[in-house]
Amino acid sequence: MKVLNRKVLRDLRHMRGQVLAIAIVITSGMAAFVMFIGAMESLTLTRDRFYREYAFADVFASLKRAPESLRGRIAEIPGVSVVETRVVAPVKLDIAGFPEPVTAQMISIPEHGTPLLNRLYIRSGRMPDPARDEETVVSETFANAHGFKPGDKIGAIINGRKKDLVITGVGLSPEFVLIMRAEALSPDFKRFGILWMGRKALGKSYNMDGAFNDVVMAVQPGADTGRILTEMDEILARYGGLGSYARKDQISNRMLSEEFRMLRRSAEIYPTIFILVAAFLLNVVISRTVSTQREQIAALKAFGYDNLAIGIHYAKLVILIVLLGLAGGAVLGIWLEQRMGQLYMEVYRFPSMLLRINPLTLLAATAISVLSALMGTLHAVWRAARETPAEAMRPEPPAKYSVSFIERIGVGRWLSQPSRIILRNVERKPVRTFLSILGIAVACATMLTSGFFSDAVNYLVQVQFRLAQKEDMKVAFVEPTSRRVVYDLAGLAGVHQVEGFRQVPVRFRFGHRSYKTVIDGVEPDGRLHRLLDDKARPVAVPPSGILLGDYLGELLGVKPGDTITVEVLEGNRAVYQVPVAAMAKQFIGTTGTMDLTALNRLLKEGDSVSGAYLVADSNSWEDLYRQFIRMPRVSGITMRTNEIRNFYDIQAKSMLFFTFVATLMACSIAVGVVYNSARIALSERSRELSSLRVLGYTRGEVSYILLGELGLLVLTAIPLGFLIGYSLCVLIAWALASDLFRIPMVVDPPTYSMAAAVVLASAVVSALIVRRKLDRLDLVEVLKTRE
Amino acid sequence: MVQGEIASRQNHSGNNVVFQVSGLTKVYRMGEFEVHALRGVDMELYAGELVVLLGPSGSGKSTLLNILGGLDTASGGQVSYLGISLTQAGDRELTEYRRAHVGFVFQFYNLIPSLTARENVAVVTEIAKDPMTPEEALALVGLTERLDHFPAQLSGGEQQRVAIARAISKNPKVLLCDEPTGALDSGTGIVVLEALDKVNRELGTATVIITHNVDIAGMADRVINLSDGRISQVTVNTEKKSPQDLHW
Repeated sequence: MKVLNRKVLRDLRHMRGQVLAIAIVITSGMAAFVMFIGAMESLTLTRDRFYREYAFADVFASLKRAPESLRGRIAEIPGVSVVETRVVAPVKLDIAGFPEPVTAQMISIPEHGTPLLNRLYIRSGRMPDPARDEETVVSETFANAHGFKPGDKIGAIINGRKKDLVITGVGLSPEFVLIMRAEALSPDFKRFGILWMGRKALGKSYNMDGAFNDVVMAVQPGADTGRILTEMDEILARYGGLGSYARKDQISNRMLSEEFRMLRRSAEIYPTIFILVAAFLLNVVISRTVSTQREQIAALKAFGYDNLAIGIHYAKLVILIVLLGLAGGAVLGIWLEQRMGQLYMEVYRFPSMLLRINPLTLLAATAISVLSALMGTLHAVWRAARETPAEAMRPEPPAKYSVSFIERIGVGRWLSQPSRIILRNVERKPVRTFLSILGIAVACATMLTSGFFSDAVNYLVQVQFRLAQKEDMKVAFVEPTSRRVVYDLAGLAGVHQVEGFRQVPVRFRFGHRSYKTVIDGVEPDGRLHRLLDDKARPVAVPPSGILLGDYLGELLGVKPGDTITVEVLEGNRAVYQVPVAAMAKQFIGTTGTMDLTALNRLLKEGDSVSGAYLVADSNSWEDLYRQFIRMPRVSGITMRTNEIRNFYDIQAKSMLFFTFVATLMACSIAVGVVYNSARIALSERSRELSSLRVLGYTRGEVSYILLGELGLLVLTAIPLGFLIGYSLCVLIAWALASDLFRIPMVVDPPTYSMAAAVVLASAVVSALIVRRKLDRLDLVEVLKTRE
Repeated sequence: MVQGEIASRQNHSGNNVVFQVSGLTKVYRMGEFEVHALRGVDMELYAGELVVLLGPSGSGKSTLLNILGGLDTASGGQVSYLGISLTQAGDRELTEYRRAHVGFVFQFYNLIPSLTARENVAVVTEIAKDPMTPEEALALVGLTERLDHFPAQLSGGEQQRVAIARAISKNPKVLLCDEPTGALDSGTGIVVLEALDKVNRELGTATVIITHNVDIAGMADRVINLSDGRISQVTVNTEKKSPQDLHW
């Protein structure tokens, strides 16, 4: 080995504490990068393969009822390659030993067996026999939640009649990677599932013999999907079409795409922070190393090494540190990616997860880190190479200082000499001081962003489930029903309060913008289901006009006073002009709200409701479930408590994971920055501190100078960290906002405390390590050497 | 504790002995070798006297000074300061001892670069029991005009005089100087020695100056020669020279 290379290794060993601290920061950055990008790549790969191999459809449409003969007309639409008609129906299930309301969506599979589109992957068991009308395949998450196996029986209330179904298999479909009831906040695997059944059996039960109420299609590559959707809507209009939509608006695919978007944003935000911090640390450490090695550099140059050779020498040092960190990061990142993959697989179901990391991704991460680290150290290396040997061999003159700003404004009088030393040091290298503060602040900010998610979720639950939705259960009807039903429900034993609601699918248009959603008609003086403003105060539903969610308003570019076009997508399919009365804050979903009476008047349907909100005695809940299961009119019941629990269950796991990762990263940045700052300060000032020890200063007093400076940096960094963290949260909330949900911008005091505590704890640990070195200062040695 | 004991001895002790050294040895371990820096030194230092320790490098003079100053511990033998043993003292006691009783002057000044001349002295006066003011101390070394200059703005000789002012500002019983002129040219060196001589005369501080410069020995009351870890010769100057009369 060349002697200079040996020097690189020895220098590394000599600075091992600092090398480790920097490597940990790089490790964290790389791990975050690999985890997010890797998870995204793996999920994309897994999804794409599942979609391809199981023929995920491109276009979807639901309708009331159409004869099978219509299929031919749909197939003639230019660009359509495969058409499959289906029967899809909601069903209530009666599961032995589980008294709560359970609903499912039943989807027909063709008589010849395998669907052409959205094919089933059978995890266990087999496909149903088309000749038997009681056989069914159930979705995997639902089967797992109840422990169902092939051969088990479940009771289904099909069109008001109870029927025992036999589970022949457990399956997955590309159409239901994520299974979620429409309008739900999060999946509920126990209370909602998918059942696949032979077309004939299902058709008979739902009066769909020779007819269909759902159609899926594949389109030819390059086909104009927009035009196909328009033609579809035209064809289906007469048959009660509810508006066709493309794959990108299909709920499972949509949620998955949202998840990818979050992963990509995270992969952009977090690793960038780490790489910047690491580059800064490398810069500081290398420039310090270079200045302590001034004389060695001079000697090397005197022996005839050129600037390039010396530059390369230090570049090697930097690259080795970076590679060390990257290697650790790749290993940790792949491990985290697997954990994250498992976490995803609990919610998103694929036949199998392909855990893959693209070597190019690793290479890109490596190149980015090495380059930014090299750029960070370029200046220091250049400075080392620039000096003439004679200049470098002379001792450095005493560093130049001046009276600090705080002293100049008159506070100086009350400061002890050690405090002055602290202030002047902080002020002498303003850039370095600022970057150190920034580094620590970033650690604090990272912590804050992780706490932000759980604060946001808590706030969301508080607002959504305790202020806006106050009902115990929501009962949905198969189709709009006379409003009198509200009185029937109110008469049931245990029911305290009932409010009816009407929900109607619509498309809003304003100028060239349009959006497909629903209008909720609510009782204007209702107490159970309210809209809130941005301060969580109830917003009154105007007697006429429509109330829009704030995000929907933005999407459409509408403000109160404007008039929007409302195309009703059911019944008479009329088109109306409706004035926008006001906006309401909406975190989940993107809907419009109207006075129930005004909505019914608009629809010219008479006084009808699509369901009701109920408050009932919790002792009578079970009785009510039993009654609702038997009511043919009731298509499903949703319990508010279950919704809250599910939301927390699903969120909690991923939140815990992200908090764990973020804490790990925040600590590593905090330790990296604080330890390095302390370590560098110690080596720069050991002579000064030893002199003070010689003059009779105690260890504690000397520590104050060094650690006091760090304390000052950390205490300044924390409020800055809060500021940066809050801005990052705003950025994240903005970047992740979609029409599915918006993250409320809430950071609770305990999150601030936690962020500060983690940074302080990391700082204390670093300080203790440095303090141990400080206690071992060699008093005699330092007096003998000049700087 | 040691502090109080030392104070009472100062008041009641009849004799003038500041340091009593007997059979002092010091062995360093340098890798696999043992270096015998001191091989049995016996000496005394009296109040108010100026002693020059002479000897070639490696003769053990710095080791002796470091042990006297409480910067290093002995391997064997006894050192007592005003009758109190330094050989048994721990880190805390030695820190306290340096803080209250000893002034140090080093070859490379060891000033704090971020503090002005006045503040460098205040570093000591702030923690001392009965110090003079930084201004008084700096006036003693003739630096009244440079009070608010930072080390980077002072010449080598001026920096060393600040160091002397810092060392004497606590009114120490002893002043220990390790090659105080070692980094200076002869003209500047003499100015520094004048400052030390003045302090010795006016404050009566017992002063030990280490040097390998034989000419400096002329200003001492006693000259102690060290070689190979032992005292080889002690000379009492019957006629002390003034620093102005020294040449090298």
